[in-house]
Amino acid sequence: MAEIMYWEAIMRAHDEEMANDPMVICMGEDIGVVGGTYKATSGLYDKYGEARVIDTPISENGYTGLGIGASFLGVRPIIEIMSVNFAWLAMDQIFNTAAKVRYMSGGQLTAPVVIRSPGGTAHQLGSQHSARMEKVFMGVAGLRVVTPSSPRQAYGLLKSAVRCNDPVFINEHELMYNMKGEVPGEEYFHPLEGSEIAREGRDVTLFGYNISVHWCLQAAEQLSKHHGIEAEVIDLYALSPLDRAGIRNSVSKTHRAVIVEEAEPAVGVGAEVMAIINEECFFELDAAPLRVSALNVPIPYNHALEKAALPNPGDVVAAVRGIFGV
Amino acid sequence: MKNTDKKRVLREMLFARRFEERCYEAYVERNIGGFLHLYPGEEACAFGVLEAAQPGHDYVITSYRDHVHAIKAGSDPRHIMAELFARETGVSKGRGGSMHIFDVAHRFMGGYALVGGPFPLAAGIAKGIQMQGGNEICICFLGDAANNQGTFHESLNMAALWNLPVLYVCENNLYGIGTRIDRSTAVLDQYQRVSAYNIPSAQEDGQDFDLVHKAATKAVEHVRSGKGPYFLELMTYRYRGHSMSDSNAYRAKKEERMWSGRDPVIMLRDRLIDAGVLTLDEYTDMDTAVLDEIEDEVIRFATESPEPKVADVEKYVLAENDPWVRGGVQ
Repeated sequence: MAEIMYWEAIMRAHDEEMANDPMVICMGEDIGVVGGTYKATSGLYDKYGEARVIDTPISENGYTGLGIGASFLGVRPIIEIMSVNFAWLAMDQIFNTAAKVRYMSGGQLTAPVVIRSPGGTAHQLGSQHSARMEKVFMGVAGLRVVTPSSPRQAYGLLKSAVRCNDPVFINEHELMYNMKGEVPGEEYFHPLEGSEIAREGRDVTLFGYNISVHWCLQAAEQLSKHHGIEAEVIDLYALSPLDRAGIRNSVSKTHRAVIVEEAEPAVGVGAEVMAIINEECFFELDAAPLRVSALNVPIPYNHALEKAALPNPGDVVAAVRGIFGV
Repeated sequence: MKNTDKKRVLREMLFARRFEERCYEAYVERNIGGFLHLYPGEEACAFGVLEAAQPGHDYVITSYRDHVHAIKAGSDPRHIMAELFARETGVSKGRGGSMHIFDVAHRFMGGYALVGGPFPLAAGIAKGIQMQGGNEICICFLGDAANNQGTFHESLNMAALWNLPVLYVCENNLYGIGTRIDRSTAVLDQYQRVSAYNIPSAQEDGQDFDLVHKAATKAVEHVRSGKGPYFLELMTYRYRGHSMSDSNAYRAKKEERMWSGRDPVIMLRDRLIDAGVLTLDEYTDMDTAVLDEIEDEVIRFATESPEPKVADVEKYVLAENDPWVRGGVQ
């Protein structure tokens, strides 16, 4: 097992899948000659050529639709949308075609495309480069949504997504591409459904996904060290469908839940997990579930304002302390 | 093209006309629900182009006005009508409806309801053809109003850039629902707009089967020979409103009379009568046989077919039992 960076893990998954199947292609803005804004496709252009590693024009809806159309004929496109903010422009093809074509054709056509894009807020990129859109994607039937919190997941989720016959949206994070982590040396396919226990605990469950898993882990350490509270951290790497059984099992053990999301609270992951807790294990609860979310504002440019708009591990600690009254 | 072939096409066009007129009645009878967009007046476009191509071999994709293109692509009209009747035996198993006719076995890649949506899908299908190395082409039929979507420009740019085997056919019926083209579009001749992307194009009379067939033969040859995309604009007219919910009050009666005087079915009929290969009596018999076939075969099949099981409402959302969902574990 070697430690590699998140972007290297994504690149390795591309490389293996392109070597394995000549119908796997990748496409997006600056992914070829440049190798990708976050290096996730570096080296592939020289290795596989411009017919399979395609630098697209800045036409998000157009090239996403083109990838979807190609997938009808057995092509397996991995489409990179440089920033999730630009994915708004491709919503028409993602939602109206990729997510619906299997259903409305009575199962005749599928759109086995992978759409990868960094979501999340980085450093002072301003309102139009700081969107968190996972909640938008996970609200639509016919689409799978996964979001890796580690290089291992980034590698294994992409590998499975390429081979899966459903359209899969992979929500990455601008701040995580240089994160290091262990990835198996042998080929590894991560499940596209389920959740992982990132830390075992007995007193409260912290639900996180993508970058917020790390906030939860930091909060759990502080809660253990300073307050004797042992938090369980559940990594919701699959946002659609969400792991109802995993949510139920953990809350049935800890009887308390805090959901930590980087996005604004309305109609989000927190709201959805809370609804699932209500539906699955309401009577297991010893306290009302809470969510730790961003403020409901467009992300500001000013550093202090930006920081204030986003949740952090301290907010998670405070929420848990509130539950326990300590 | 031989006169015997033209006679066959005349019957096919007449069948399409009567099929669509019967859809109108079935809608009024409440056997067809939702939106219904009918094709009468425009038949020479689909038939002229697809007669010049290889239906079943070449891929066809279009908008929501899609029944007739599917029929000419080889789809069984009984299963199309069953789809309109929302039956399990419908081409899309009753899940699609009028706007979403799919018949992938005949390479009819679907009708889509977002105006301009198929532009990039067609380019993608052409990319797939290119990767597979076959000699198929993709033919994308859309109306003139779709050309004001961003997908028109984005797709034409990519199709030209990557030399994709796609033929875009613009059925210019002069109206985007109720807005006449000169009130929505700065450049009236649609074939001129694609010169911005160095795509060869032509404009033709879309009411005259022979002229459409001739222009399409050239267009298909261009695309199939590997020279990249082509854009063919066909000037045509729909007799009915945009859909069944359109009162169609925005068009002058004089304009409608002018176009119905150039009916594509009647023009082809009269040409064959003038050529001495058809009599009016034969045509009347042909019409009677078509009407009987639609009633006895098509409508009967749709009416007698079962509806989908309600228990199957969640089928076809995602792939069933895909092992990669579990990370490749069987």
